[in-house]
Amino acid sequence: MSAPQIAEQPLEGHFETVVAAEQRIEPRDWMPDAYRATLVRQIAQHAHSEIIGMQPEGNWLTRAPSLRRKAILLAKAQDEAGHGLYLYAAAETLGVDRAELTEKLISGRQKYSSIFNYPTLTFADVGVIGWLVDGAAICNQVPLCRCSYGPYARAMVRICKEESFHQRQGYELLMTLMRGTEAQRRMVQDAVDRWWWPSLMMFGPPDDDSPNTARSMAWRIKRHTNDELRQRFVDMTVPQAQHLGVTLPDPALNWNEERGSWDFGEPDWSELKQVIKGQGPCNTQRIERRRAAHEDGEWVREAAAAYAAKRRADGSSTDGHKGQGDAQGAGR
Amino acid sequence: MTHATTDPTSDDDHVYLTLSEASPGPEGEARWAYGTGFADPLLGVDTALPDGVDGADLGAYCLMLGDDALILAQRLIEWCTRAPELEEEVALANLGLDLLGQARQLLTRAGQVDGSGRSEDEFAYWREEHDFRNVRLVETPNGDFAHCIARLLLFSTARHALYELLGGHPDQVLAAVAARGVKELAYHREYATAWTLRLGDGTEHSARRMQAALEALWPLLDELFTAHPVELRLGVDPAQLREPFLRALGEVIAEAGLTVPEAAPLAYVGGRAGRDGVHTEALGPLLAELQVVARAHPGANW
Repeated sequence: MSAPQIAEQPLEGHFETVVAAEQRIEPRDWMPDAYRATLVRQIAQHAHSEIIGMQPEGNWLTRAPSLRRKAILLAKAQDEAGHGLYLYAAAETLGVDRAELTEKLISGRQKYSSIFNYPTLTFADVGVIGWLVDGAAICNQVPLCRCSYGPYARAMVRICKEESFHQRQGYELLMTLMRGTEAQRRMVQDAVDRWWWPSLMMFGPPDDDSPNTARSMAWRIKRHTNDELRQRFVDMTVPQAQHLGVTLPDPALNWNEERGSWDFGEPDWSELKQVIKGQGPCNTQRIERRRAAHEDGEWVREAAAAYAAKRRADGSSTDGHKGQGDAQGAGR
Repeated sequence: MTHATTDPTSDDDHVYLTLSEASPGPEGEARWAYGTGFADPLLGVDTALPDGVDGADLGAYCLMLGDDALILAQRLIEWCTRAPELEEEVALANLGLDLLGQARQLLTRAGQVDGSGRSEDEFAYWREEHDFRNVRLVETPNGDFAHCIARLLLFSTARHALYELLGGHPDQVLAAVAARGVKELAYHREYATAWTLRLGDGTEHSARRMQAALEALWPLLDELFTAHPVELRLGVDPAQLREPFLRALGEVIAEAGLTVPEAAPLAYVGGRAGRDGVHTEALGPLLAELQVVARAHPGANW
């Protein structure tokens, strides 16, 4: 945006043409400041959500009741850290850096998905998070694979594939528990009762209370309104709940023949607003954990930076830390 | 709530279709092959007990190695969401997954050959503390990131050498686990070495912490190279690995600008330590946490 004023109008015309033609805006292309700011906010929030989202399920990693479930859960936590990495990298293409975004997260200046401010109280929560929370995330994220900003869209393709895998694993865990003991079935129903409404709230406020939707849709960042996505999620989920043998805690849930969709009740928006304002059951603990990890790790990051600087001074660049060394490890 | 009749999200249907049909794919296979139950890495390996190998001894030995891997995996898992950087979050989880995969194969093998028919989960969740056969090095509490790296360096260097040796073991399953594990441990060793160098030759502060971590863990090293009668009967004497280990480790420590500790080995208790089921106070709470859900639901499947 250091582009001279004089050039701005044709550039803006180009931007609008590209977006309207469903083509991709790339990092070097001119883009309106507000488009850049909206993307930074959304991608950062998404990256933060991946990282904070490791905590509720991570709560059960040490206690997972079989080694297979432990391995599956650990692999999922690892995927989430990986998603956080690609998303921070996508945000960095817009001229911000990860350290700055992390600072904003732990100082409360940037948000993450409020769903992670609810507690995970039993092992069944792990399955229900996979099924409902990852399911809702997929509904939100699949349209982002067609987002107008190239790096974000490409990151989302990979993330959606892995999320759908997590969702199926969550559902498979719940199927196993529902075929198990009475106590396991009760555990599943209890978890569904607690997570259903927060999952519906993941799509954001109702359309008539969502001021940014229209602009994001015009920019092809967002493709559908919150209510459209929420309906899609309900329609996908109700038959899965029936197959599983659990009851969704909404007496208003009813098949509407005429619409070919499920009618459902109104979430308690006042509760969501409390959680967004910081009064959720886990807001403080989630941020504190992230802050502690970041601050406890400061001496380690300083050491890595000092080591890398010494190697650069030596002229021998053997440090692979930020480069392929770790990427290879992560991707094996 | 009222909504439009036509589904405005139908443009995305092809994407949903792709997702629901997506098989894990070549990349996914690699991720899931670490023993998450979707692929049996030991498929096709001869599981018959070889002539001249005692089943009870082999079972006990598999428990020793399997428990080492399981307990260290549990300690690495405790790092999840606490790592100093996201790259380390990914890497530590990755190491934990490798070890967990090795543990599952080894515990399963123990149940096949010791005559009990116990499963990996019966071993992990239903044994008491004194039945665990891991060395004390893997069970001590995590400490800081320097401790994490020091423990990984000591363990992975020693275990890599042992797995190289075991690749030629007459038991085909143990040999296959070791052959696979040697590649994984090579990466663990590389990771731990790279961080030992960064911390040792980073800042003065990081060098002090790395040295302190090595000093703290050094007394626990001896147990890895002290032969247990079961090991000697199986023809695997870990004492032969001590000298090459100390040489290799000495080089890394010197390159990092640190000093090889001179701390004496931690004493045994009446001649017994981890391999005999006599542990530190740290193992009880670790197992209580690991086992609590499984034990609250006897007979349940997960």
